[in-house]
Order: sequence, then structure tokens, then C-alpha cells
Amino acid sequence: MSRPIQYNESPLTQILPSIGKSTSLWMDGWIRLKKNTLAIVSLAILILFCAVALLTPVIAPYGYEEQDLLLGAASPSLAHPLGTDIFGRDMLTRIMYGSRISLAVGFLASSVAVFIGVFWGAIAGYSGGRIDAAMMRLVDILYALPFMIFIVLLMVVFGRNILLLFLAIGAVEWLTMARIVRGQVLALKQQQFIEAALSLGLSHWTIIRRHLIPNILSPVIVYATLTIPSVMLLEAFLSFLGLGIQPPESSWGLLISYGVETMEEYPWLILFPGLFLSITLFALNFLGDGLRDALDPRTSKD
Amino acid sequence: MALLSVKNLTIRFHTRNGVIKAVENICFSVNRGETLAIVGESGSGKSVACYGLLGLVPTPPGKIESGAAYFNGIDLIQAKEQDLQKIRGNDIAVIFQDPMTSLNPYLTIGEQLTEPLTTHRGKSRSEAVIMAIKMLCEVGIEDPGEKIYSYPHEFSGGMQQRVMIAMALMAKPKLLICDEPTTALDVTTQAQILILIKELQKKYGIAVIFISHDLGVVAGIADKIAVMKEGLIVEEGRTEDIFYNAKNAYTKKLLSSIPCGEKKLAICDENKIFLRVNNLKAFFCESNSCNSWSFASMFSRGNKKLKMIKAVNNVSFEIRRGEILGLVGESGSGKSTLGRAILQLTPTTDGNVVFDGVNLTLLPPNKKTSMRKRMQMIFQDPYSSLNPRMNVHDMLAEPLLYHRLVSRRDVTKEVLRLMNDVGLARSAAKKYPHEFSGGQRQRIAIGRAISTKPEFIVADEPVSALDVTVQAQILELILSLVDKHNLTMMFISHDLSVVRYIADRIAVMNHGKLVEIKATADIFKTPSQEYTKQLITAIPLADPTKEKERQRIAADRLKLMTRESI
Repeated sequence: MSRPIQYNESPLTQILPSIGKSTSLWMDGWIRLKKNTLAIVSLAILILFCAVALLTPVIAPYGYEEQDLLLGAASPSLAHPLGTDIFGRDMLTRIMYGSRISLAVGFLASSVAVFIGVFWGAIAGYSGGRIDAAMMRLVDILYALPFMIFIVLLMVVFGRNILLLFLAIGAVEWLTMARIVRGQVLALKQQQFIEAALSLGLSHWTIIRRHLIPNILSPVIVYATLTIPSVMLLEAFLSFLGLGIQPPESSWGLLISYGVETMEEYPWLILFPGLFLSITLFALNFLGDGLRDALDPRTSKD
Repeated sequence: MALLSVKNLTIRFHTRNGVIKAVENICFSVNRGETLAIVGESGSGKSVACYGLLGLVPTPPGKIESGAAYFNGIDLIQAKEQDLQKIRGNDIAVIFQDPMTSLNPYLTIGEQLTEPLTTHRGKSRSEAVIMAIKMLCEVGIEDPGEKIYSYPHEFSGGMQQRVMIAMALMAKPKLLICDEPTTALDVTTQAQILILIKELQKKYGIAVIFISHDLGVVAGIADKIAVMKEGLIVEEGRTEDIFYNAKNAYTKKLLSSIPCGEKKLAICDENKIFLRVNNLKAFFCESNSCNSWSFASMFSRGNKKLKMIKAVNNVSFEIRRGEILGLVGESGSGKSTLGRAILQLTPTTDGNVVFDGVNLTLLPPNKKTSMRKRMQMIFQDPYSSLNPRMNVHDMLAEPLLYHRLVSRRDVTKEVLRLMNDVGLARSAAKKYPHEFSGGQRQRIAIGRAISTKPEFIVADEPVSALDVTVQAQILELILSLVDKHNLTMMFISHDLSVVRYIADRIAVMNHGKLVEIKATADIFKTPSQEYTKQLITAIPLADPTKEKERQRIAADRLKLMTRESI
């Protein structure tokens, strides 16, 4: 077995430059991740998709509103590699524009959820007692709020807005994350290294940041990779109800839900958006697994 | 003919990292009514050898390469899984190290005891219950008729181990394999369990294989001893031969690592009181009854009676500068809580702790942080006291950087100096805790504790999770560090022989109260309290003749005490 970094008893001068990086969990994690081909390929695919999404206005072959009603729904051809929809709009263009919304919602809303959830859960679990009880009761109350009414209210008060969509979805998804993290932290708090850190005089914030959160990364990463697809589908659902984005703008979820209606006559309308969504989700899962293994020093699969 | 004779047994593990030779070509035999002790450090293959016989070694990666083991004329290695299953339940029983994890927490003791009888042997329920009660009586559990309706958590560690023994004996086995049955227990409980095993063995004529890392424990109980090292039996012989004229160098090393004798008194200034504890009390509420926001208490307003556990009850003593104070007591005596209370890691109810003229209990929280630099703690379990996601360098660097003791530029140099101090190789700097053995982990923990150059250290059972040989090394390390850095230390342990070896004075705790505090030599010569005497007689001696004599006395004392209590 080869370890990521292997020293023999080398003189001080040789070790010195390589030691002394304080972010070593992440550095070591990256070194381990690089050896996981599947994860790296997945990462490359995700980066490619994001780059295409960013550059869509420049590189898209057609405008997203450009219709060709005479053409109608055409099967894939040289002019339209992924075919056109019933209004004669180029599917490749629509999928590219759709990826902007889907990826943005997926990544931003999930990061919001993960960020709030991890810190909320960690602080609640670590503090314990009344602070924990109060924080988790708030989570319970938010859980109990009917999600749809919450979003409709938001839309009515603030108007329809893509940023609001991120916020609304993020505000719902962090609840589960907070509960998972709190549970993990409660178990972890019993470990002696937390007490050791306390006896070293470290502040509570440092303990949460340096000792608790790195140790709960595994479930966080797994849950995050599950959150991203569910968030993308949530966006499709909201858009379908008319609460999210509206045609002629599109997203992958929206394209799929329209594709379902005409699935039998024009299968490519559901096939291609579905394919891209699947690839993204697969890549996310592989990357998530890779990250989880890479960030755990105990799995020495390398 | 021997009941069990093992010939040329070889077990290897085929892992990704290559072949690990767990057991290499070992032979041993056990007769009816005889006790064989297999002694060795952790990783020496002593447990694997026995589990291999029972088909309990996970395959793959484990593989029994060759050998034969004749039990009652049947070769266990060649036997079919079904036959093995029968033998495992009926003829060979195993007692594991940790009774807490071996018992199912969701079933009552009675259910767990009777289950094999009713399901495998077709006994009726009432018949099985009667047998269970008889067996519990046999292993010394009072009120067995009521206790069979209790759950494992309601028992203490020693009681649980008794239940495990009862469970093992229910089937009337011919061979009993005890895998470190007393390692997780206190010294006094250990003494009782050893006596119990010995008595039951005589009564039923069972052969016993006793696996242990501690030669001292097996001195009184074993007829034969096999010493294992790295998968090989390096020496085998009658107990007396092993102890009095060991031939193998490794056996001699094992014998010499048993802590014995007393520490030479350190030169410490008699008048300089460094730390004074005055009428310290630390009480806890039982389980959740204090958390007034928990649902249970919200809805049961009438039941506001708080049950208090008096972990530390009115304790006063002082520690002089430069001395090592040993604190001894059984588990649950409040000795760990006292250590934590002194360091202000746990809230105190009453009384105060004066450290170098500063009253710690009155200190505001922000001042406490700066005091933390001056007082540190070493924890018992080196497996949970190190953050698994931090490498050694970061772990040692953290307190240095946090308290701004060194600049970011010089931190590596300081870390390497610390590692050198505690005997870790430089190459270990980038490794993570799971890559180290228990002893090395404890070295890291000690390095972290001395990183802030503290003046006072509380060591909470720092060696009780370690093998005897490693234990000796760590004790040496602690002594040398105390000497080198002029540390004052409170050394908490349940093992009097360890404390005797390291401490200048010894304090004995029982049920939250300080029973006795005296210089080490005095406490062994003239213990004034009955409890102290009991603790001292419980120490197993690494000498078969003396140990058998001691066990006889201890057994008498035990019988006397139970008679008195009835």
C-alpha cells in the first residue's frame, strides 16, 4: 500500500518545507481525491457543465426564444443536433439555457442548506441544554410549516424572483441537515478529544470549527449529494406550478415535465434533458463518494 | 489424552497490504480440569489462535493454512460448520473481554440466559428459568430470582462479567475460553472474577484457556503458560517454571515490565503547597432530570424531585510542588470527576480549588483560559482522545498557535522538539492517529498535554488501556518528563501497583470521599482503613506461590465480608 506522503527518517531540512501547512486535512484530501479516477472524471464533467452554462449566451447556437413554428417538433438533425420542440425551438439551446437555472438552483440552494444546516446543527448539538432545545424547537416549527404555503407567501410578498427561489428552497432543505448534524455532534461530543481540546483552553468556536465539523463531513457530504438532485426536482415542481421560472425561460426539470406530455410522439424532448440531468447526478454521486473517502484519513483505498 | 490438542496451527490474513502471519505453527494442549494461560501483547495472535479453533476468524481475509486441533477426538479445523456450531454451543464456551458489548442491551438477563436452552435444547421455559436462577446463584449474584428480570445496564461491570460467565456455563461446557475477561474491570472486581473462575473450574472440572496480556493476572490461576510473540509461541511451561526460571528473553521482558516496588521519594519542598483543594463537592443530577427544557420534565411538573449523584463529596487535600500524587479508587468512586473538577472541566457544587495562590472556582471564564496553559490533562483512552481527522503535527501545533506560544514560522521546529521529547519518530508528523498503536497514541496525547509547558498535569488512568510492556514504557516516559520539566502531577488509576510505582503519596477514594492519604510506603505498610486494605490485597502478584496464598486470603476476606453483609 502506498500512503499519500511517505517519509523515511529524513533530515529536518527536508521535512520542514512539507510540514507546516495548517490545512492539511484538505490538502491530504485533495491528494487522495486525485488518485480516484472516477471522482476526478466526475469533477471534470461538472466543471464542464458549469462552464457551458456560464458561457451559454455566447456559445449557444440559437437564441432561447427563437421559434420556427413551420418546422415544429423535428427529430435530431445537423442543424438541430438534439432536435426541436413543438414550437421549433432548438433543444440544445434550451438545454444549455436550462442548465443555467438548474445548476444554479442545485448548487446555490444546496450550499445555503448545507452551510446553515451544518452550523445550526453543530452549535445546537455542541451547546446542549436550553440553547439546543430552543434551536431545535425552531427547526421543528419550520418543519411543521406547510412548504407550499410558505413559498406562495414568499412569492406573493416579494414578487417572483429567481433569488427568492434559491432562498425558499434553501430555507426548507437545511432543516434535515441541521438534524443530521446535531445527532452526529451529540455522539461526537462524548469523545475525549473534545474534552482534551477544552482542557487545552481552546474556545468553543475553535472546537466546533476544528474538531467537530471535520469529523461530521461524511454524513454531510452524502446528504449534500442527495440534496442537489432533490433541489433540482423541487425547482421543476415549483416551476410547473407556476411559482418558479416561467416559459420561455427553461430549466432541466421544466423541460422534462413538458417532455413527458409528448413523450410518445417526440421522445427526444424528454430523452436529452433527462440524459443531462442523469449525467449530472451520477457525477455528483461519484464525486461525493470520492470526497467522503478522501477526507477520511482512515480509508486508505489509495 | 488431552481434551484439546492443537498441532502446527497456522493462520494468516490475506489483506490488500499483503499477508499478515497472525499465528505461525503453534502447538499446545489442554487437559480436563487444567488451566492454560496464553500470554502476549496485543497483536501477538493469542486471540486469533483461539477463535481460529472455533471457526470464528472471519474468512476471507483470514485463512487457516494448516494444522489440526483435536477436541475430544474431532478435528475442529476439518469439521463442518454445522458440527462446529454444535461444539461451540455445547462443549466450548467463550467469555469475551468487554461484558458491556457482549450482552444485548435490549433483552433482560433472564431472556439471554434461557434463550439457548429453550430454542436449541427444547427445555421448557420454566425449566430454563430455574436453571438460569441456579447458575446466577453459582456465579455469586444476589437475588437471582429478581435479577433475571433486569437489563444489562442495571449491572456493574463486574456483575455483567459474572452474568457472562453464567451464560457460558449454562451449557455445561468442557472447555472455557476466557479472552482477557478481567482487563476491563477494576482490581478488586478482577480479583473476585479470577477467584470465581478458579472455583467454578474446580467444581465442574472444566478445562480453561485464559488469554491475557498480563503475566501478573495469570500467576495464581494458570497451571501452564504459553507466551506468544508475533504469532509464535516463544516459551511454554509450567507456571512455576515460567516465573522462576524463564529462559526466553521475551518472557523475561514481560516479567520485568510488571510494575513492582516503590518509587524513590522525589525531592520536593515539603512546605510549598502548590495546589489546595478545600471541601470540594461536585454533584450531578441523574440523567435528564435537570434539563428543565426536556419534554419529559415539561409534562411531568409534579415530579420535580431531583436525584443527585454525589460524585465528589467534601474532599480536601493538598499537592506540593514537584510531587506526584496517586489517586486510587474503583470505577465510580469519583476519582475522574475529582480530576476534572480540579481543572475546572466540570462544574463544582461547593468548595474551592486554590492553584498557586489563585482560587480557580472564582475565576471568570476568560481568565480560566489563560490558566489552562498552566494545567493540563492526559486522558485514559488514547483512541478517543485524539481527533481522527488531524495529523500529529497539527494536533501538537494547535495549542502552541492558539495560545501564541510560538510564531507560525517556528511551530514546526517546536512540534518536532515535542515529538522528540515523547519519543516519537519525526516521520510520524504527517500521520493520522489511526496509523499508531495504543502506546504511540498515548505518547501523542502526552506530547499535546506538555506542549503548553504546564506546571500541573492530571493524568486520568493514562496506562490502563495499554499492554503491560507498553505500560512500563509510558510510565518511564511520564517519570522522565516529570523530572525534566519539574512537573507536579495527579496520577489517577484503579491499579495500586502502578500508582505505587510512580507516586510519592497516595490518596484513596471511595464513594466520592477521600478515605486515606499517606506517603506511598506508609500506605502499603500501615493502611489504616479497611477499604485500603481490601484494595491492597486485591493486587495480583507476579509470583505463583505468593499469588495462590494471596488468593486464598482474599477469598476468605471476601467470604467474611459477604457473611457480614448478610
